[in-house]
Amino acid sequence: MDAFSARRAEFAAADIEQYLRAQESKGLLRFITCGSVDDGKSTLIGRLLYEANVLFEDQLAALEADSKKVGTQGDGLDFALLLDGLSAEREQGITIDVAYRFFSTATRKFIVADTPGHEQYTRNMVTGASTADAAILLVDARKGVLTQTRRHAYLASLLGIRQVLLAVNKMDLVEYSQKTFVAIDDEFRAFARHIGLEHVSCIPVSALKGDNILALSDKTQWYHGPTVMGYLETVEVDRARVETAPFRLPVQWVSRPHADFRGFAGTVVSGTVRPGDRIRVQPSGRESRVARIVTYDGDLAEAVSGQSITLTLADEIDVSRGDVICAADAPTGVADQFDATVIWMSDHPMLPGRPYWLKLGTKTVTASLGHPKYRVNVNTLEHLAAKKLELNEIGVCNVAVDRPIAFDPYKENRDTGGFVLIDRLSNDTVGAGLLHFALRRSHNIHWQATDVNKQARSAQKRQKACLLWFTGLSGAGKSTIANLVERKLHGRGLHTYLLDGDNVRHGLNKDLGFTEEDRVENIRRVSEVARLMVDAGLIVLVSFISPFRSERRMARGLVDDGEFIEIFVDTPLAVAEERDPKGLYKKARRGELKNFTGLDSPYERPEHPEIRIDTTVNTPENAADLIIRTLEQRGAVDPV
Amino acid sequence: MPLNHLAHLEAEAIHIMREVVAEAEKPVMLYSIGKDSSVMLHLAVKAFHPAKPPFPLLHVDTTWKFREMYEFRDRMAKELGLDLIVHVNGDGLKMNINPFVHGSTIHTDVMKTQALKQALDTYGFDAAFGGARRDEEKSRAKERIFSFRSSQHHWDPKNQRPELWRIYNCRKHPRETVRIFPLSNWTELDVWQYIHRERISVVPLYFAKERPVVTRNGALIMVDDDRMPLEAGEVPVMRRVRFRTLGCYPLTGAIESGADTLTGIIQEMLLTRTSERQGRVIDHDVTASMEKKKQEGYF
Repeated sequence: MDAFSARRAEFAAADIEQYLRAQESKGLLRFITCGSVDDGKSTLIGRLLYEANVLFEDQLAALEADSKKVGTQGDGLDFALLLDGLSAEREQGITIDVAYRFFSTATRKFIVADTPGHEQYTRNMVTGASTADAAILLVDARKGVLTQTRRHAYLASLLGIRQVLLAVNKMDLVEYSQKTFVAIDDEFRAFARHIGLEHVSCIPVSALKGDNILALSDKTQWYHGPTVMGYLETVEVDRARVETAPFRLPVQWVSRPHADFRGFAGTVVSGTVRPGDRIRVQPSGRESRVARIVTYDGDLAEAVSGQSITLTLADEIDVSRGDVICAADAPTGVADQFDATVIWMSDHPMLPGRPYWLKLGTKTVTASLGHPKYRVNVNTLEHLAAKKLELNEIGVCNVAVDRPIAFDPYKENRDTGGFVLIDRLSNDTVGAGLLHFALRRSHNIHWQATDVNKQARSAQKRQKACLLWFTGLSGAGKSTIANLVERKLHGRGLHTYLLDGDNVRHGLNKDLGFTEEDRVENIRRVSEVARLMVDAGLIVLVSFISPFRSERRMARGLVDDGEFIEIFVDTPLAVAEERDPKGLYKKARRGELKNFTGLDSPYERPEHPEIRIDTTVNTPENAADLIIRTLEQRGAVDPV
Repeated sequence: MPLNHLAHLEAEAIHIMREVVAEAEKPVMLYSIGKDSSVMLHLAVKAFHPAKPPFPLLHVDTTWKFREMYEFRDRMAKELGLDLIVHVNGDGLKMNINPFVHGSTIHTDVMKTQALKQALDTYGFDAAFGGARRDEEKSRAKERIFSFRSSQHHWDPKNQRPELWRIYNCRKHPRETVRIFPLSNWTELDVWQYIHRERISVVPLYFAKERPVVTRNGALIMVDDDRMPLEAGEVPVMRRVRFRTLGCYPLTGAIESGADTLTGIIQEMLLTRTSERQGRVIDHDVTASMEKKKQEGYF
């Protein structure tokens, strides 16, 4: 009797009500499989699905047809074809994304994240690993522990997977040799200890033949451990551990259906909560007690990690989306600067200093990353020097956010310690990060409130502080125009300061070059200096090529609304190159200058500048008058 | 005691819905009247209790659904007190698009894919919940829970955002939209078990009953109204049938079954040897047909 017929008999006879009751107590295990197609990963998953009877006849028929057409197993079923869903992948014979599969046995339901093995798919594996309780790493018994195996083990451990199974596959091709298996087992365990993986199991299997998948094989009588399915049914689920951690509920949504109800909806990401529990809302630190745990099915006496609930509190305190409600006696940390591991997931490299959105739990803030302290060679685990992070690179750096946020170290809580980074222009998710600890300076440096403020300083000078930001190509005429504007303002008795790109590079920024990351840092420093000068009550003129929108946007965000006036000195490249006042274009064309804006480094035109100056129709004198007229209209300076 | 798997799936779906409502400007729930939609709607009621789900339902109507589906739809919207928007592609009506005449490919494209795009554009919805599950079909298995569409409603399978932990990035440019699948990690069996556990109402067509059917291309097609042209010699016969999935009646095959209770359905499913999509005529048209349709804007 095949497995299917067995199940058929079981269900036909079973009392279905009893079956459903048994189903209700089934747990859930999420696991990830890592390895390449060559290691037989897809075959292993296909085999698990096949043995768990989740393949239907029409799917099997399609599989048989596909196996004959493009399969690699001769007349046999090519299970890999079941899994490689996207047609491009099928043609290329590779798995390029994370695919999710489902099956269940009598005791558990399983969600499998099937991720590709090659180094260029590190981000896919990280994504799959982020929600997994366990990882199955596949190795080919003929090849043993490879660089890629070590990489997968490292990534699993980095993402906090505690349970790792090494499936030593293709045992049939090494004549089920115990010696071969033991050697691989020993080598892997030694490596696992080295990277701090505590719970490691190794099983000799043949996914193709089905050895030690569901039943122990008589070909490996020397092996006495669990089968792969046995392992999956009994391995400890991470949520059990999370349940005993301190209570955390990141607030998703404030529910106010009517004036008498104010509830805070969210998922309990760790711990448990009961009415009457003392809670603290982070980052504000306000405290109250839980009044009710509201659900559609009635109020609960207790909610546990994993549940989506709505809490009401005994006191009317300010709570909004992004706050974390936590146990008052074991609250999250609060900080705005962190040490973190960052995994880069975008084709555009991570640039230190550039602002990104950072989303942690339900909170989104602006963040910038410092220079990587080091980058990890994911194959050798060596620490390497790095100036930026490229796609699939992993590094450790400081992360600064624009306001204090609630957090836990990632190793204590994945949900309050793991974040994603979002590009502010494309809105793509470009990186993921794991918070380790708050930087001490974040605790110790507080903003010092001063009595004499920007308004007082500006008023004394009878002006309004503002920041005139001139952007445009080299040779566009920025400095000429900015210089004229400053002269005119100065002539009116106003207090000004002109920060010129070239001049600042002689001093404050003389350590910076012209690579993309140095340009970002160049602008960051100048923006901060300009901010201090605006705070001093000055009218600040900045004349910088500033080619990237995101940095100009960052500068805009540093001063108050209405204070930032972006002036786009719009000169076509051909005209600027023709003028070439400093001979730089000629040098760049000769290849003596690298990363020259407009030539081999991009200039991103402002989309909505406050002022645009077309220098092909305006003289510098005209342009300066136009700018001053605009300033008068905006009330930045008084008309004479 | 850790949550069981249905409780886990429920909590995950609720979490996803709340994230969308918190971050999208104008969400809508696509309501197709089938069992997955019924589960999704029930989850929405749970997610926002004691408030009502803060979005309307949108039914993209091909005008060829089973009559019992229309009755069920109107009753549910009324009982729950939710706004129900019914959108029909008026151009398609004028062209008299008819699955019997034009075939499933054109019918589906005009009355479903194009109609859905029209509706999203007309009402300016920027986020739409759908009841699709990853276990339904191979290309779905790789789709994210948050699936972004260009301003032309196109899906780019090579450019999907990574989804880590419980964090979903909902940010998008004006005119881009996102489709959200809160049931991504559910299987057909989970859906039925949940319907059983929560006592969720579903369209009576899921239960076996004597119904008038004809056999065409190996499928049992129910003669639901007099728009169905009978071929020479075709005589509808009463047979005890039910439906595993529901769609346009001319494109939806019935199965012979005696399962007239929920437990009967679940038992039958545990014993079945064919997948639910087999009853859908549209998937057999071209290889990788779902992936292709999705790139063009199908749900």
